[in-house]
Amino acid sequence: MAAIIDLLIPALLAVLCCAALAGRRDAYTLLITGAGEGLSLLKTIFPPLVILLAMVELLQASGAMTMLTQVLSPVCRLTGIPPEVVPLVVIRPISGSAALAVGGSLIARYGVDSLVGRTTAILLGSTETTFYTVSVYFGAAGIKRTRYTIPAALIADFTGFLMASFTARAFF
Amino acid sequence: MTGIYLIFLLLSLVCALAGGNTHGLTAALLEGARQGVNLCISLAGPVSLWCGLSSLLRETGGMKGLSRLVGPLLSKLFPQAWQSMEIREALSGNFSANLLGLGSAATPLGIRAAVAMAGGQDTASVELCRLVVLNTASVQLLPATVAALRASLGSTAPLDILPAVWVTSLCSVAAGLLAAWGFSKWLR
Repeated sequence: MAAIIDLLIPALLAVLCCAALAGRRDAYTLLITGAGEGLSLLKTIFPPLVILLAMVELLQASGAMTMLTQVLSPVCRLTGIPPEVVPLVVIRPISGSAALAVGGSLIARYGVDSLVGRTTAILLGSTETTFYTVSVYFGAAGIKRTRYTIPAALIADFTGFLMASFTARAFF
Repeated sequence: MTGIYLIFLLLSLVCALAGGNTHGLTAALLEGARQGVNLCISLAGPVSLWCGLSSLLRETGGMKGLSRLVGPLLSKLFPQAWQSMEIREALSGNFSANLLGLGSAATPLGIRAAVAMAGGQDTASVELCRLVVLNTASVQLLPATVAALRASLGSTAPLDILPAVWVTSLCSVAAGLLAAWGFSKWLR
């Protein structure tokens, strides 16, 4: 399956270039025009990204993450999420790279096929970095009032955490 | 957005003061900003490549095909935005790239759709909130990053978590969309 995905994109590129040629369009021009648009898009996500990462770093340095982990531990114990995974639960919606680092060390410490290792992997694979998505999308679109987006997204995240620990138990 | 960052800031300040580790806070802010630039630079290549690919897809009519493929589902989630051909194609591309686990391809298309759906207004519409929730909840068929991580840590079957990931993904997306729908009715 991974091999198919590896082939998919180059093959898609080849097919699209042929399709463009068949329609008497210059594929190379289309490709570089699009790539140029990428740069202007990057300019719109650059400011929200810099501010977000600065705030995330502040949250970590101030000890707020540790505090949140301690607060959430009893809640997670009630819902069956393994206590070892709680730091990941806290970091997952906030920082993608930190979540990957925390997840990697959890899997390495407890083993790929352990309950903690599996919960970690399922959790990482089925949730996204909520605050990154929200700040980049709304930042680029110039939205100031995000209304109920963040509570709804956090409910989705929490459901993901619950189901990750549930499926890690039930499916293996 | 201001409210969220104010919460982040106050939480950090209170925790730092309570814990007595106030030094290094400014350095942390600056370090984070530096990481933001690094992340942007590392995103620049993939994002440009995907934008090139999606412009090819658009001009050759591939996007139209794609939007017909995912239309039955997406037109129900975004009935208003679906009226516009441009948004329709961006939404379809965003959804498909997410399914394949191509985050850096999904983001530019999702942003294109979000910008067009916002239309210069500063309050998010119901459908725009739905789009962002859908993207934060991540519908992924192939979690490539995690599979690679597991393989690098010695897993012999890194993809054996797939069914669990699908069930979990589906539940979290459903919960997010349901919550968004509930909030939109309740907070009207």
